[in-house]
Amino acid sequence: MSWLRRLLRTPEGAAGFVILLVLLSAGLLAPVISPGDPLKIAGRALLAPFTDPAFPLGTDRLGRDVLAGLLYGARTSLAVGMAAAFAAMVLGLCVGLAAGFAGGLIDEALMRVVDAFQIVPAFLLALAFVSTIGVSTPVVVLAIALGTWADPARLTRAEVLAIREQDYVASARVIGMHPAEIAFREILPNALPPVLALSATIVAGAILTEAALSFLGLGNPNIATWGSMIAEGRSVLRSASYLSVIPGASLAVTVLGVHLFSEGLGKALGDDGVRAA
Amino acid sequence: MSGIFLSLRQLSVTYGRGSSGAAALDDIDLDIVAGERLAIIGESGSGKSTLARAIAGLLPEGATVRGEILWPGLGHPTRAGRDFGFVFQDPGSSLNPVLTIGEQIAEGARRHLGLSWKQAYVRAEELLERVRIPQPDKAMRAFPHQLSGGQRQRVAIAAAIAARPALLIADEATSALDVVVQAEIVRLLDGLVREDGMTLLFITHDIALASGFVDRIAVFRNARLVEAGSVRSVLSAPKSDYTAALIASHRDLATPPLIVEVTS
Amino acid sequence: MRRAIILLRRRAISSIPVLLIVVIFTFFLLESASGDAVDAYLGSIGGGDAALRQSLRESYGLDQSMFARLWLYLSSLARFDLGWSVAFGRPVGALIAERLPNTLLLMGSATALSFGLGSALGILAGARPGSLRDRLLSIGSLIVYAIPSFWLGLVLSIVFSVKLRWFPIAGVETIASGKTGFARALDIADHLVLPVGALALIYLALFLRVMRSGMAEAWKLDFVLFARAKGLSRSRIVLRHVARNALLPLVTMLGLQSAAMLGGSVVIESIFAIPGFGRLAQEAVNGRDAPLLMGIVVTSAVLVISVNFLVDLVYAALDPRIGASEGGA
Repeated sequence: MSWLRRLLRTPEGAAGFVILLVLLSAGLLAPVISPGDPLKIAGRALLAPFTDPAFPLGTDRLGRDVLAGLLYGARTSLAVGMAAAFAAMVLGLCVGLAAGFAGGLIDEALMRVVDAFQIVPAFLLALAFVSTIGVSTPVVVLAIALGTWADPARLTRAEVLAIREQDYVASARVIGMHPAEIAFREILPNALPPVLALSATIVAGAILTEAALSFLGLGNPNIATWGSMIAEGRSVLRSASYLSVIPGASLAVTVLGVHLFSEGLGKALGDDGVRAA
Repeated sequence: MSGIFLSLRQLSVTYGRGSSGAAALDDIDLDIVAGERLAIIGESGSGKSTLARAIAGLLPEGATVRGEILWPGLGHPTRAGRDFGFVFQDPGSSLNPVLTIGEQIAEGARRHLGLSWKQAYVRAEELLERVRIPQPDKAMRAFPHQLSGGQRQRVAIAAAIAARPALLIADEATSALDVVVQAEIVRLLDGLVREDGMTLLFITHDIALASGFVDRIAVFRNARLVEAGSVRSVLSAPKSDYTAALIASHRDLATPPLIVEVTS
Repeated sequence: MRRAIILLRRRAISSIPVLLIVVIFTFFLLESASGDAVDAYLGSIGGGDAALRQSLRESYGLDQSMFARLWLYLSSLARFDLGWSVAFGRPVGALIAERLPNTLLLMGSATALSFGLGSALGILAGARPGSLRDRLLSIGSLIVYAIPSFWLGLVLSIVFSVKLRWFPIAGVETIASGKTGFARALDIADHLVLPVGALALIYLALFLRVMRSGMAEAWKLDFVLFARAKGLSRSRIVLRHVARNALLPLVTMLGLQSAAMLGGSVVIESIFAIPGFGRLAQEAVNGRDAPLLMGIVVTSAVLVISVNFLVDLVYAALDPRIGASEGGA
């Protein structure tokens, strides 16, 4: 785990790691800290934060516990964010690998499809998708993934094209390696790092998109999400602004944590790459 | 007229911190006469490029300099561009790809000679003609990628001497060029330096190329100055074995082959 | 000029299959919705009998087969006819034409502000990489970039509209104010300060980071050393050599972000109640209005293609190496 040590030595990596660790723990310990359904009415409505020890962050319009919503919302954001990013990366890697390796007409056709998905704004696509198919969590994950897979696909293909021309691939071909074996043993491991570097941006984007979708009322209504909490707080913006400010700040901190973590990771792995070269 | 232009006293350069640093130059004592053409000869790692950069003040961060670099010929602290011009090895990367040739030559003249842009551009075109770029007026508006390697190096030389410096430092200026072009560039440098009375510091690994036109040679090896003297005396009677080996290992068409074929 | 026309022709030709894919995919996506605009309409008027439903579907052509309708749509698209909005009872094209200018104004201002200020601050940061100024700007931009734009919009409206009462809280201009000319322009500007600010701040942070990293990379290049060897002034080296080269990846990023900014306008317009294109998308979703949503997706695609094309032109103008292989400078 030497990369972990290197990561923690950079200020960005350490800060990002701590933030993400706190969030992960918050999400995992949610049922312990705030047992029960976060969407249930727990107490008096519109209790301000830091007034009642039973509700450290106050309650919303309907009397729901803000802290519970925050903790369960962390689960949603992280789970959806990572799942969507994973799906986008896998899809992007497959398409990019296929296009770069196959070349010719297949490459052209696949690239037009990638173009199409890059041209339609990701949020608009997710909006259209969720509004027609439904608001369940898997659908939201798929919707976000559909809007973001195009960039990893393009990057993978560029990497594959560059690597294909390298001498070690040519020598693999000369000694008679099967094309599929070449693709997976020689090309993919070398194409992976720059694409993986993209994954943090995608996770961050996915978290924000999920929040925006649930803000507009297009998320799963049966689970706690930070976006829906912000939307709920809109109607009492003047009197109880904390209802929107707290979940939004959590969103910002989460995304910041992801960015910091990826910067630190980039630095930690970057040194490694130089040595290996 | 021929005084000492530049004097190096116990010059040492180390990269890296403290004792772990590698010495790139070790205790160099060297005088450069005004108006002379001096070749710095050495192989990779000899410290010759470090010497050039140290004189020009272009060493990277983290380099420690000890000793002295004195400029008795100037009488004031040295200004890059105005007192010396520097030509780099790779003409492809010395020039800014998004600016015109004309601008890149004129900017030096404008900065140091107090010219307006218009005047500087006129001077730039004159310089292009001096370095024998065909159709200088068109070349002024051209971009580096439109020229060949040899032409780009000519442009770099023009840009380096635009502000009429007294010293020209050519750091392996011909090493990245084709052999035929190398000879042209060397001829060009020789001519320019003679016409303007500049002092020339010609850094190279090719002892034969340098010996063809310079006055003095200084041989470097492993960060130390091995010997220095006039071309004739160094070539005919090298004081060190290393210099002798350098001279001996120079290969041309008259040299016998290294590997003898075995007739079966 | 010649390079521009070559690029335009090539871009137009390669865009058509892409647009086709967009239309077909969106069409089949909207097809898979259970219930269509007619159902939504009937739901909103409190239900209707089967005969009413049937006649409505016939009049909107919703009773034909999927492929027949796709073909119909494609052929009307070729005539620039975007169909009929069920929810609004008006042609889709007219609706979009009405709403688009507001969004273009919003996006245009946000882009100009974020690009201009972002690159200026990025140059400040990149002029001395590793300096205190650079570190502060880098950390600041990292934090700002993490903020969700819709939340920023809310916070800005809390602080500046509710608490301080400096700016109006919603809309794009004061309704029925009767203002014209310059006074009207000022009124619109007044209303747009917060939404533009919310949208622009995030992208400002992004452009700052891209310019800064571009400059950090450019500093290492040989021609910068050559510029130093020529003894040029620091400001000339920073601006004319380093920043001028770092501008190129920034312009590329501008093109890549145009789609994202259009998507971001949906939520911003929703928060500030701006009657724009993005808001129209939300209304189309609420009203299950497939033709309108289709029209919006197609228009977005065309917009993004156009912006990308403009960006490519700018890039070609800035980088003399582009297009050099075809027909010379």
